[in-house]
Amino acid sequence: MADVAKRDLRAATESDGDGIAARGEGAARRLPVAKTYKLYIGGQFPRTESGRYYAFQLTDGTLANICRASRKDFREAVAAARAAWGGWAGASPYLRGQIFYRIAEMLEGRSAQFVAELMSEGVTKRRAQTEVAASIDRLVYYAGWADKYQQVFSAVNPVNSSHFNFSMLEPTGVVAVIAPAAPGLLGLVSNLAPAMVGGNTGVLLAARAHPLSSMSFAEVLHSADVPAGVVNVLTGFADELTEHFASHMDVNAIVYCDGDADRARQVQTLAANNIKRVISRVGVAWNRSGGQSPYLIADTQETKTTWHPIGW
Amino acid sequence: MTAPAAAAVAPGFPDLDRIPRVDQVGVEERVARLCARSIKKDSKVAALQLALSMIDLTTLEGQDTPGKVRQLCQKAMHLHSALPDLPRVAAVCVYPSMVQVARQSLAGTAIRVCSVATAFPSGQTSLDIKLKDVCLAVDSGADEVDMVISRGAFLRGDHAYVFDEISAIKEACGAAHLKVILETGELGTLDRVRRASVLAMHAGADFIKTSTGKIQPAATMPVTLVMLQAIRDFYHATDRRVGMKPAGGISKAKQAIQYLVMLRETLGQAWLTPGLFRFGASSLANDVLMQIEKQLTGAYQSADYFSKD
Amino acid sequence: MDRSPSKLSFQTDWQYAPAPESIDHVRVNERYDLFIDGEFVAPAAGGYFDTINPASEKVLARVAQADATDVERAVQAASRAYQDVWSGMKPAERGKYIYRIARALQERAREFAVIESLDGGKPIRESRDIDIPLSSAHFFYYAGWADKLEYAFPGRRAKPLGVAAQIVPWNFPLLMAAWKIAPALACGNTVVLKPAETTPLTALKLAELMQDVGLPPGVVNILTGAGATGAALVAHPGIAKVAFTGSTEVGRLIQKSLAGTDKRYTLELGGKAANIIFADAAIDQAVEGIINGIFFNQGHVCCAGSRLLVQESVADEVISKLKDRMETLIVGDPLDKNTDIGAINSAQQLATIESYLAMGRAEGAQLYQTSASLPEQGYWCRPTLFTGVSQSNRVVQEEIFGPVLAIQTFRTAAEALDKANNTPYGLSGGVWTDKGAKIFKLTQGIRAGVIWANTFNKFDPTAPFGGYKESGVGREGGLHGLTPYVELG
Repeated sequence: MADVAKRDLRAATESDGDGIAARGEGAARRLPVAKTYKLYIGGQFPRTESGRYYAFQLTDGTLANICRASRKDFREAVAAARAAWGGWAGASPYLRGQIFYRIAEMLEGRSAQFVAELMSEGVTKRRAQTEVAASIDRLVYYAGWADKYQQVFSAVNPVNSSHFNFSMLEPTGVVAVIAPAAPGLLGLVSNLAPAMVGGNTGVLLAARAHPLSSMSFAEVLHSADVPAGVVNVLTGFADELTEHFASHMDVNAIVYCDGDADRARQVQTLAANNIKRVISRVGVAWNRSGGQSPYLIADTQETKTTWHPIGW
Repeated sequence: MTAPAAAAVAPGFPDLDRIPRVDQVGVEERVARLCARSIKKDSKVAALQLALSMIDLTTLEGQDTPGKVRQLCQKAMHLHSALPDLPRVAAVCVYPSMVQVARQSLAGTAIRVCSVATAFPSGQTSLDIKLKDVCLAVDSGADEVDMVISRGAFLRGDHAYVFDEISAIKEACGAAHLKVILETGELGTLDRVRRASVLAMHAGADFIKTSTGKIQPAATMPVTLVMLQAIRDFYHATDRRVGMKPAGGISKAKQAIQYLVMLRETLGQAWLTPGLFRFGASSLANDVLMQIEKQLTGAYQSADYFSKD
Repeated sequence: MDRSPSKLSFQTDWQYAPAPESIDHVRVNERYDLFIDGEFVAPAAGGYFDTINPASEKVLARVAQADATDVERAVQAASRAYQDVWSGMKPAERGKYIYRIARALQERAREFAVIESLDGGKPIRESRDIDIPLSSAHFFYYAGWADKLEYAFPGRRAKPLGVAAQIVPWNFPLLMAAWKIAPALACGNTVVLKPAETTPLTALKLAELMQDVGLPPGVVNILTGAGATGAALVAHPGIAKVAFTGSTEVGRLIQKSLAGTDKRYTLELGGKAANIIFADAAIDQAVEGIINGIFFNQGHVCCAGSRLLVQESVADEVISKLKDRMETLIVGDPLDKNTDIGAINSAQQLATIESYLAMGRAEGAQLYQTSASLPEQGYWCRPTLFTGVSQSNRVVQEEIFGPVLAIQTFRTAAEALDKANNTPYGLSGGVWTDKGAKIFKLTQGIRAGVIWANTFNKFDPTAPFGGYKESGVGREGGLHGLTPYVELG
């Protein structure tokens, strides 16, 4: 417990250089209050129903007990995502854009904390700073796309009959995302944003090595007016959860980012049970400009074509 | 020839809110599908003969004279002497001033005399004068009266006026059958065609008719289909069979057959009779005759061998 | 509206005489080989199977059975053509080949229509007016994209994928082949196509046409055979992309079989579309839409409007009008120009449909069929309605793929939408109402890829088609139909 209790302060010290700890050197030593990292499901922060955890070693040598989410946690998260879907898919793109911009604002305001957490997870200070900045910018990028991608990908189709015919995008539904192993925060943001800005809801499994930044990001979402259930974030082991992510019959699409061939085979095989859309983002350089694109939004959109007669 | 089932009492002013909407594109697609029917051989001959029996042979010109009307009646009685066993046309259709001439010329035949009336074709006069016009026609011996509705009143939304006018004229017709001309070419939409059809039937029309022939477009298949569907729904609601008369623009046998296909597949057996379906046409008869001759001989025909009137 | 007992009779004195389409201009060989590398070649194992006319149960031709060796040959030919000729050809020239195909198909349209009706049982009116002209139009549409791909994908560079394996069903044999071949070729891919076992002839005629227009050898290869041929094709490592149209069951197997590979895939699968009729609809046109929705192509249509949802206040009227309209449907000889409903495609499919008819009755639904007379030879099914069904009936939930309509009623729009979406499928849907705002609410609310509002079963090369949920992945048609055939750099 003592190890756990120390970690936030250490992290803050390392990021700020002249933080509380620096002042603490000369003062009476104060016992820092450690943060408990939990899951984010349906707008709440429950512990895993399984009671399981995994010990996560921070760079300062302390341990954090991270929730090891179970398939039941995933089931609850999917139920929350499904319940939130109608409202989020039906929200105006303008509102979704506003909320995503708000997420960026909240992250900006807490960037020092995220730098510190990434450093606790083993990222160098320089890289952590770059990653947090890139994550904020990526959110702004997708906030801007919210009311534009439709115009890029829609079409009025000039059919050979007296009908008005158009095709436009609609969100696929509930999307399950297994975030890339790294970068922890930017990888999560880069996969979350294109799906959710497009009106999907979903469940994300944070990178195993980045539970602190991932779950703190859930707090950012929570404080940025993202409606409950739109985004659900779990921590745990991809090895045991992938099967359930891929096989759940109420999940409409699955995104995975890591290149293990067996994992890919497992996802694709199980996804076929309900003809899930399978989106592989193996090998994407998330920290480059190629890590963002409206085509990533289109990955979790369905094209709907509508016909109507033109007449008196 | 069976007469339409005359209504003892017309069903009264309709609930206009319950009139179904009409989608123009859907109607046109249905018409296109009906026109894809291929009518060959015996079926074609039967259709041509049926069409002939449904023709109201028409002359409605300012230049009509008793001489012209007598010639038309001769044609009606002797369609094409070279062909035996031809059916007769259903009626000769003239202006009220010509009814007496037609009546005399057709004496002793089953061919009916039909008169337009009610300030045909525009209908732009008072009810009083329209009633007198009808009386002239009926008193002169018309079996059938083809009135025009007041399109101006209809288009400005005065449905009650249109309804009352038709009711009054129906009463003035007495035993004569009333055909109500909607002049669909002036109504603008199929929704209005449907609405006018319902008004006319509820006011006592024995037939509803598309057009005067003086306005383009005159009869079209989409308009006729909408009217046939109105007739069908009226039949289901009241058990009364109202007749249908497309008029104007039907000059070819092939078109006539397409109308009959539409009639058959919309209203069925009971309406496949001159008692409930007419073609208002002047030049259709000869084209039908040419087609019948072609079916019999196998040779395509020349108009020079068929008397114009 | 009160429905009086007044009945219309469509048993008329005046009847339509038979109007058979002439077939003397049509050439069908006694035997067809496989089309590989621009030549017709005998199958390696020497096997042939019969393709029959489902209207007469007579054999039309013997068709080669392709096995794994043939698949190997075809994929190799397609790979060579891809590398040596097609992917490197100037896009405008590629487009001109596709235009040639479109034109040649127009010129021979009637022959293709007759063969399509002979082999598949569909009415000549449909093969003549829909299948063949639309097939040609698809080639014509995608031909023009060949040299314009940079405008289809803003900010990206589109490159072809390689060899596309394309497996098409028996309900629209040539049209589905055109849907798949045209965009594949336009984007610079080469093709190995497998037509359905019961309807291989128009694809083989298309092979002849490809020869005649001088398409370079190997660009399009056509292998006939059954499921095993398709499986071998999908499994071949030389394939870059799989495009499949057929049942969800087989689509699922294909998706599983592709797991662990880098092969791209698009799937056009089953459906159980709701056709929703509101009281304020143009009822007569809605009835016609219901007819087109379920009786088009004997109901062998993945996007068929097989579930009718009708608002309670007009249900009696709609059903009564529907029955009247159904009485005028002519069932019989597919080659008669007046036939509305042709032969069921195969004995197997007829057995499936009949099992559903029995199942519906056993579940307590009321079955109504028209009085249409049926020929003695061949496979036939009268137009059929099921009333008194609920959401839990299997005839409401499962795709029957025949001329069988299940009718349910609803009271409110929300209830209709809920019922419409209560299915694993999501291919198509229909909405009939005169109110504009309601149309948009419903068309947005239905979770399906193609929505027809105040119309049904309309298709066009420019209009993307494809499903949500278990109805498939990807789109065919329109600009969106290019996506499955390109790699975006």
